[in-house]
Amino acid sequence: MSGTHTIHLTVNGEFRRCEVDARQHLVDFLRDDLELKGSHLGCEHGVCGACTVRLDGEIVRGCLVLAVQADGKTVETIEGLTESGAMRDLQEIFLRRNALQCGFCTSGMLMAAAELIETQPDATREEVRLWISGNFCRCTGYHAIVDAICEVLRAQKLAPKGVSA
Amino acid sequence: MKAPAFEYVRPGSLGEAFALLAEYGDEARLLAGGQTLLATLNMRLSEPAMLIDINDIAELHGIQLQGNVLRINAMARHSQIEHSPLVAQHAPLLTMAASHIGHRAIRNRGTWGGSIAYADPAGEWPACALALDAEIIVGSAAGERRIPAADFYVDLYTTTLAADEIVLACELPVRTPDRFHGFEELSRRHGDYAIVGLACNARCGGQNMPIRDARLALLGVCATPVRARRAEAFLEGKAPTEDVISEAAAVLQAELDGERAPLADLTNSPATKRHLAAVLLRRVVGGMADGMASATQNTAGAAH
Repeated sequence: MSGTHTIHLTVNGEFRRCEVDARQHLVDFLRDDLELKGSHLGCEHGVCGACTVRLDGEIVRGCLVLAVQADGKTVETIEGLTESGAMRDLQEIFLRRNALQCGFCTSGMLMAAAELIETQPDATREEVRLWISGNFCRCTGYHAIVDAICEVLRAQKLAPKGVSA
Repeated sequence: MKAPAFEYVRPGSLGEAFALLAEYGDEARLLAGGQTLLATLNMRLSEPAMLIDINDIAELHGIQLQGNVLRINAMARHSQIEHSPLVAQHAPLLTMAASHIGHRAIRNRGTWGGSIAYADPAGEWPACALALDAEIIVGSAAGERRIPAADFYVDLYTTTLAADEIVLACELPVRTPDRFHGFEELSRRHGDYAIVGLACNARCGGQNMPIRDARLALLGVCATPVRARRAEAFLEGKAPTEDVISEAAAVLQAELDGERAPLADLTNSPATKRHLAAVLLRRVVGGMADGMASATQNTAGAAH
């Protein structure tokens, strides 16, 4: 119950035992304690989406979850998801379609997009726009991002087992 | 900014949570989904000495059908409600409203009970609870009590929940086949705070059928969710024709004046909100003309 807590969690497939302050949120823990700098910290009050990570398989705002709350859970960040599947397809097509410029929003955008592709394979363009409405991008104007996500969805339909299979 | 220092404890049972709440009183805050609380901590708008995390209390999770009542426990996440077949079948109003709550990452974490207890005047769940005649079940070390949603909301962010009580669940009467559910909301961008929203639950069989027992619950208008009693009374026994809908919109505009004048927000005047509430009434009651098919279609649309 004191200010510091011992937590046990799995981060990107690796089991960890760490000491965290109660007040420390998940993204500060990932960036500062584990040196995983792929998740970015933008607004720090749940608006911008740059800190989006997966907690037990679902995307969450990393600034609105405490590190101590990840005790016993599985955390995945962009660093752990780039090797295969939807994330690799998304990254290739984001690059090809110029769906990123400064890159600050990109890891959060990719985390959100990957959950859409995995859970809503029939999403329409409008539904893609609604889905990523919680992730701010101040460079691209979003069209290239929406184009890229829609292209991955189309490719997935043509090859039901995934374009990277 | 960073949150101030606080103590943190994660009880595994309701009994422990009640005891902690009784011990720390106003110094403690319950941590459910945290999608409002942690933002206010990061902005230092709130400095509780102790966070009591109720995420590990098994009996606060889940959604159950119990006879003719749908029970939604406090820790049900917004996205669980959004995609629950039980909810879509028995309380489609909630399925329609869920997609308006924040964004996916927020809905994966935020909870039903947190929203019910926080009593944000622009919150979707309190207005839905009012429209559905939900009973809010709260508990403390002294036992449980049940509060009708109509008696729960007192003022801005203020409910009848006592300092030592926790919202445990809500029970909603399941929708009968003759009931229409409709939900509409306006915001500047999808997922932003609502400017105005309207949750509707009424008996109506279609275009030429009379409307009975309508409940029109507005959010974002007053300090609490409110029923538009005069517009409801006007609609009683009338079919949802174009003329009736126009007159009902005028009745609603007149009703939202004087003591019931909408509260302005940063960008919207009371007059704007009054106008927008009438726009939503036209859309929702207009949807009744298509009868139950409309409710079903809306549900399917919102579930994507």
